[in-house]
Amino acid sequence: MTILVLAEHDNAELKDATARALTAAAAIGGDIHILVAGKGSKSVADQAAALDGAAKVLHCDNDLYAHGLAEPLALLITGLMANYDAVVAPATTSAKNTMPRVAALLDVMQVSDILSVESADTFTRPIYAGNAIQTVQATDAKKVITVRTTAFAAAGDGGSASIEDIAAAEDPGLSSFVGEELSKSDRPELTSAKIIVSGGRGVASGENFGKYIEPVADALGAAIGASRAAVDAGYMSNDYQVGQTGKVVAPELYIAVGISGAIQHLAGMKDSKVIVAINKDEEAPIFQIADYGLVADLFKAMPELAEELGKAS
Amino acid sequence: MKVVVPVKRVVDYTQKIRVKSDGSGVELANIKMSMNPFDEIAIEEAIRLKENGTASEIIAVSIGPQQAQETIRTALAMGADRGILVQSDDIVEPLGVAKILKAITDEEGPTLVILGKQAIDDDSNQTGQMLAALLGWPQATFVSEVTPDGDKARVVREIDGGLQTIQINLPAIVTTDLRLNEPRYASLPNIMKAKKKPIDMKTPDDYGVDISPRVKIITTVAPKGREAGIMVESVAELVDKLKNEAGVI
Ligand SMILES: Cc1cc2nc3c(=O)[nH]c(=O)nc-3n(C[C@H](O)[C@H](O)[C@H](O)COP(=O)(O)OP(=O)(O)OC[C@H]3O[C@@H](n4cnc5c(N)ncnc54)[C@H](O)[C@@H]3O)c2cc1C
Ligand SMILES: Nc1ncnc2c1ncn2[C@@H]1O[C@H](COP(=O)(O)O)[C@@H](O)[C@H]1O
Repeated sequence: MTILVLAEHDNAELKDATARALTAAAAIGGDIHILVAGKGSKSVADQAAALDGAAKVLHCDNDLYAHGLAEPLALLITGLMANYDAVVAPATTSAKNTMPRVAALLDVMQVSDILSVESADTFTRPIYAGNAIQTVQATDAKKVITVRTTAFAAAGDGGSASIEDIAAAEDPGLSSFVGEELSKSDRPELTSAKIIVSGGRGVASGENFGKYIEPVADALGAAIGASRAAVDAGYMSNDYQVGQTGKVVAPELYIAVGISGAIQHLAGMKDSKVIVAINKDEEAPIFQIADYGLVADLFKAMPELAEELGKAS
Repeated sequence: MKVVVPVKRVVDYTQKIRVKSDGSGVELANIKMSMNPFDEIAIEEAIRLKENGTASEIIAVSIGPQQAQETIRTALAMGADRGILVQSDDIVEPLGVAKILKAITDEEGPTLVILGKQAIDDDSNQTGQMLAALLGWPQATFVSEVTPDGDKARVVREIDGGLQTIQINLPAIVTTDLRLNEPRYASLPNIMKAKKKPIDMKTPDDYGVDISPRVKIITTVAPKGREAGIMVESVAELVDKLKNEAGVI
């Protein structure tokens, strides 16, 4: 078995999601190569080469791949697949965009969002927002797989794979990049944070996120998350959304503040190690899955919590 | 321009999911079924394009059992012009759905096919991208804004770090994210009118598509449950538990 792992990066930094996909690939077993496609992405190739478990890094540096557009990237990957039995990528928005395109070009059914590797062709994956878990066997000769990153530990550093520069594939000329609006924050990234403080509709405004959620997040060195209701109401931008259709997270500690606990939200956070819920409604469903529940008005409890944490440290 | 919108009949998002104890799947008897929420958003977007004069005709397509006709009727009541039901009692995987949609697209010649980004039953998030690949068309997935302009469209996409704007050539595939729009409810007169709108009945065979599954479902089980923990009385108690019991801060 030879497996290609698609690297997730921003041309400067290799994302932790790649190391997690690598662990899933290692569980499938075989020779593993990592594909770094980007522009000005030499340092990413170096970081990938240092991951434990990959034999080789394929590095394709070309304008075509500067922004991860699906059409050119899918052509590049499909062209390489003559030499591979499987392609594995973390289930990030960029891989979710590209991988099914690869699968269809190969006439293969993709297995999305795997939670475990049972054997080289058998995997578990969540359906119905994680309310059921399927064990599935992929019968196509080649496998196209995306990985739920929270379900796999990150591969460590200490590898020294060779780096091979490869040529770009053709330019399909179907789409072009116009611009990007990325949230800038000094906080840890949501999907790899150890602690997340998440706010819902109960927080009631964007300003209140600053006033009531941020100080607690600061005191804990935590990332901030949000429910869809909070995002829809414009309190926070889309990339903060946790849930079935947002980000899936599994930190050591998840503090849900003013979030009711709809199944679509739980789908994104119920694998957190410890869950705290702060809600003024004692009937809120979030309490049914919380390890520690506090029935309180968040506008009173959060400043207290920030103060108490300040004392503690 | 014509717009094709694939709409899937799925378990309504408010329903509690029960897994059958024999591992054979999810209990679907006596469960409320609805249009996949992302597909409602897709239909709404198509209607808005028609209302502003960009789109001329909206075709709602569903692949599924006889009852998927109701899903198409919902689309027609919202404002789609006609429907196509490709009837199959077997589960059709995203690749099979994409192949059927390719055949329909070849036949109908739409400028846009707007799909949901994911079906909330299988959570695959594949069909739109696969259809784009089979057609050799550009794809704009997870979109929160679409602006067609001549033979191109400008699209804002929701990505992990924020928002990305791209330009795509038309014809193209678009998949919807939640914030693209707020779907309308069908009015009673429109529900009545929809009863007279035509629905073409087809089968996968009519399009020469082999829908036999490539991924074999072995078992379906309930996830490991999570038990409710304890209620604390105060913020001080909470901090104490997190430090000394859970050891997470
Ligand atoms: C297809 C689909 C996909 C979806 N995907 C997602 C997703 O990815 N993520 C997601 O989060 N949702 C998702 N949703 C939406 C989901 O169904 C819920 O609507 C949403 O999670 C509710 O957000 P909320 O808990 O913040 O708001 P609400 O349900 O309104 O809850 C607000 C909570 O705040 C509490 N509260 C109010 N004021 C205070 C106060 N002063 N102090 C303390 N507590 C207070 C209330 O008691 C209440 O429990 C999706 C829905 C659909 C249909
Ligand atoms: N059986 C189907 N009938 C109609 N549309 C479908 C069907 N399956 C998938 N789709 C479309 O493809 C989208 C993504 O589905 P999926 O790839 O299964 O997550 C849905 O939101 C629908 O727009």
